Amino acid sequence: MRGREMDVAIFTSKRSLVSGSIILIILVLLATLPFYSAGYTVVFLTSIFMYIVITVSWTMFSGPTGYISLAPAAFFGVGVYTSALIGFMLPLPAVIGIGGLASFCLALLVGALTLRLRGIYFVMFTFGLVELLLHFVLWWEVNITGTTGRVVPTVDNTTVYYLMLIIFAILMLTAYFIRHSKFGLALQSIGEYEEAAAHTGVNVTGLKIVTFAISAFFIGTAGAIMATRWTYIDPRIAFNPLLSFMPVLMAIFGGMGQLYGPIIGAAIFTYLEEFLITRFPYYYMLIFGIIMVVAILYLPNGLVGLIQKLRKGVLRRHANT
Amino acid sequence: MMVKILDIVIGGLLMGGIYALIAVGLSLQFGVARVLNIAHGEFIMLGAFVTWWLYTKVGINPLVSLAICGPIVFIIGFILYRTLFTRLRISSASPAAFEGNSMLACFGLLFIIQNVAILIWGAGMKGYSYLAIPVNFGGAIFAANRLITLGFAIVIGLIFYLFLARTRLGKAIRAAAQDPATAGLMGVNINQVLALCFGFGALMAGLGGTLTSMSYKIQPTMGLEYTVIALIVIVLGGLGSIPGSYIGGLLLGLVGSIVTYTEPGLSLVAYYVIFMFLLLVKPTGILGK
Amino acid sequence: MQILEGEGVTKYFGGLAAISNVDFEVARGEIVGLIGPNGAGKTTLFNLISAALFLNSGVIRFKGEKISGLKPHQVCRAGVARTFQSVKVFGNIPVLGNVLLGSLFGTSTGMSSPDATREAMESLEFVGLSALRAIPAKDLTLANQKRLEVARALATKPELLLLDELIAGLNPTETAQAMELVTRIRDKGITIFMIEHVMKAIMSICDRIIVLHHGEKIAEGTPQEIATSRTVIEVYLGE
Repeated sequence: MRGREMDVAIFTSKRSLVSGSIILIILVLLATLPFYSAGYTVVFLTSIFMYIVITVSWTMFSGPTGYISLAPAAFFGVGVYTSALIGFMLPLPAVIGIGGLASFCLALLVGALTLRLRGIYFVMFTFGLVELLLHFVLWWEVNITGTTGRVVPTVDNTTVYYLMLIIFAILMLTAYFIRHSKFGLALQSIGEYEEAAAHTGVNVTGLKIVTFAISAFFIGTAGAIMATRWTYIDPRIAFNPLLSFMPVLMAIFGGMGQLYGPIIGAAIFTYLEEFLITRFPYYYMLIFGIIMVVAILYLPNGLVGLIQKLRKGVLRRHANT
Repeated sequence: MMVKILDIVIGGLLMGGIYALIAVGLSLQFGVARVLNIAHGEFIMLGAFVTWWLYTKVGINPLVSLAICGPIVFIIGFILYRTLFTRLRISSASPAAFEGNSMLACFGLLFIIQNVAILIWGAGMKGYSYLAIPVNFGGAIFAANRLITLGFAIVIGLIFYLFLARTRLGKAIRAAAQDPATAGLMGVNINQVLALCFGFGALMAGLGGTLTSMSYKIQPTMGLEYTVIALIVIVLGGLGSIPGSYIGGLLLGLVGSIVTYTEPGLSLVAYYVIFMFLLLVKPTGILGK
Repeated sequence: MQILEGEGVTKYFGGLAAISNVDFEVARGEIVGLIGPNGAGKTTLFNLISAALFLNSGVIRFKGEKISGLKPHQVCRAGVARTFQSVKVFGNIPVLGNVLLGSLFGTSTGMSSPDATREAMESLEFVGLSALRAIPAKDLTLANQKRLEVARALATKPELLLLDELIAGLNPTETAQAMELVTRIRDKGITIFMIEHVMKAIMSICDRIIVLHHGEKIAEGTPQEIATSRTVIEVYLGE
């Protein structure tokens, strides 16, 4: 939880004009990418955006509040399964929206159950959630619907890329506005001293639940989109614990203080995963596990925190009176 | 009818015995050493695989393996605490931060241990047959290995209870569980005790794994489900209560047996329903503070 | 009608009664002190009023309306603000941000962002922290952090302010400043209910004093009456 400047005149300051233009240029480049790039790059970037969406969504809630959610895999799986269940019945945008909505509702339920209590219950409940859903859906598929795996309608890589890019853009806007709104401030105060925040008038439980649900919505949409790349899914493919581990790893490694920390983390690890997964399928998970432990030990504020600390070492801090 | 009930009850205790052991292990690690070890299931898996390997490749009886796997896993746990978690305790800004950091470190350990196991033994299912002789228990039929498992689960539980209640070290552990700061002031070497607790927690997991391997097939990914079950049991028993975890494990085993009888495949769902009920009504569990 | 009243307030922790059948009332515009030996239940009573804890039996009313059973943020918005015995400021948030939270979330009617900022600045002015508004709260001295907690509480525009050991840990100069601040708060029309250990401060500033011991109310009256009460003297000397 890092301190922030109170940017009151954010839209008129020169610094934000420059950053704004840079972001616009990058967005234009990304939007036109399929026209000048090899097919593989499009696929690869789609993966990066997927991980960015999951990681930034995760950070949006767990970063300021300190409530560590281990449920991303569950919400992602819900999105995936939604695609499988209704993919052939409805147009893709609707499927994605419903996938997000289903995850949103699940998160509301989980939040209502656990976020009234100590954070440890939240961690425990979300940890088992993906396993629970796996067992339940497996049982359902075997006993009720009698299916073993489902087919998802295929969508071409370029469309998937654009969908992911749109979700990414909407998410970044959402995350930015939450962070710089009074709710962002309130979320931070919850992370610092939840009891004091409540006594200052913040509806802590309500805010936690809603923010958690919003973050789940985006993770669900990511799942619904990515399912179309897999064509065939079964419960084990949809509900994969690794999808809970990766965003946490990326956020911690990248740094949870700023919005771009998770982006950096997601980019680095997506690249690493692509690079390692074909050559050393089990080594790469092992390596990521080791990196996680090392990051917890030696990178308390992630890569971004490390860079900020190095920069601060050069400037002198002024004492307060 | 009576046979059916006996079948369900004994079956429940058989499973519950293992649940009880592994839950006590997790309770030691979380309740005393304050580490929410979500890699707990991986230690169970290690115990199971070492036992399998010792039996199928070296010919060592699984019951003897109890005396081998237990110490091995204990030492791993002990060393982990003395190195990784002690370092985290020092560098964490607050006890709450330590809880979060140590849990995340365990998340990393989960993937490390699981993938090391896959690299050594492959990702597939393994199994062996040991004392799979049917025994008639009042009309209900059970495999001898499962009954022996229950026996050992009870014996180990008893030994551990006596250890906590009667020995100096046991008392030190109970003191540390109540109030680490005061215990430290009263001359208890708190770092040593916490490391021992974590090691004992791993020991329970290892023993649980050995016992499990006697009756069930094993695979490197088996750990996660056991971890989830252990988590639910310690909530059911009451966070911080070691006897509570033992009782909770037996109870949950009974529930699982009943559910499996009517609708196999839904036992974890049933456990989660209990979890949700606890969260709504009594999060402190049966014996929790 | 009293601004705050409690009837038969009882709170158990396990088998132990932390607060046992306590009746109390605070009139509008008063400064009422709450004293008692350590462990008497003073902070527990505040926690029951502010809804940090829930009652086992009895009722607490604010301006005639029952507030026992509400959630803390609802009690705050109703007009009851508090500070904490161990200071709970939001360390990584700048001073202004700490107070802004109060004006944005804690008032009975919502406030727009510019209004809230103005309100927060006024609160900071009032306690004398304007110059430090951009500093992260964790970098303040203890005295300033306590002032910040007061500013944050005031920003919620309360009618009743609960102060929990405001002057603990302050040196004599800071204590005098704190006492003067309390008087100025009362002059603004805010009723004050304060827990204190420092007898001199309590005696000099309070209109009335309530004394707790082992969770029970054992005495109540003006500072003069309390200072000469045999019951109270015995309790303090006996400890």
